[in-house]
Amino acid sequence: MTWSFKREMLASLPNLRAFAVSLSGQQDKADDLVQDTIMKAWAKQDSFEPGTNIKAWLFTILRNEFYSQMRKRGREVQDSDGLFTERLSVHPGQMGSLDLKDFQVALARLPDDQREAIVLVGASGFSYEEAAEVCGCAVGTIKSRLSRARAQLQIDLQISGEADYGPDETSSAVLSRSASS
Amino acid sequence: MARDEMNKEPSSAGGDQAMDAVSRRLREYYDAVKEEAIPDRLLDLLEKLDEADRSQRPVSSDGRKE
Repeated sequence: MTWSFKREMLASLPNLRAFAVSLSGQQDKADDLVQDTIMKAWAKQDSFEPGTNIKAWLFTILRNEFYSQMRKRGREVQDSDGLFTERLSVHPGQMGSLDLKDFQVALARLPDDQREAIVLVGASGFSYEEAAEVCGCAVGTIKSRLSRARAQLQIDLQISGEADYGPDETSSAVLSRSASS
Repeated sequence: MARDEMNKEPSSAGGDQAMDAVSRRLREYYDAVKEEAIPDRLLDLLEKLDEADRSQRPVSSDGRKE
């Protein structure tokens, strides 16, 4: 049990980190969050039912941990957009592209509930139902948060769907390549 | 059959494409983090927890398993 639990945890770490970074916008805080999540999850591993969705279980722990830490810190990040985005850390490696940085800032500006909804469904691969379970809310609530998040990101990133369509040096290169072949 | 810029239909497809652009960027962002190496301190922590469980004693500072 312990052995495979550890393996499951290991396999979940990349996803947990990505969720933590998406939620907190800060690399070091995110890793602290993952660390706390590992300890919490380990301590209560007996309450996990093997065969059920461990990813959702771990994400729920991380999410609860995130909000309880935010409450403890007096929600310092939540209402001060400027402070938050100013301290956003962008990893020098893959995260260094201007595009991803822009995206991180836009994501950080979303209200917490909208941000987690769009990340869980749009990136972590959860269904609406699973996301609702992780967030402890109704499926309809997830859907409406998701659509508000999308609309807001579209505005913030000035994605019009026409002229400024996407991040797209790569995909337009691919398109023109396939068009010319 | 070739798709080039001229073939885009701005008004009808615009909304969906914008949706897709948001989703695509979100996944790029998320996947970039996912592909990063897991920090050693997190891996070490898991090792220590596992080691502590198996040896039934408290985690010691150098209780790493090889």
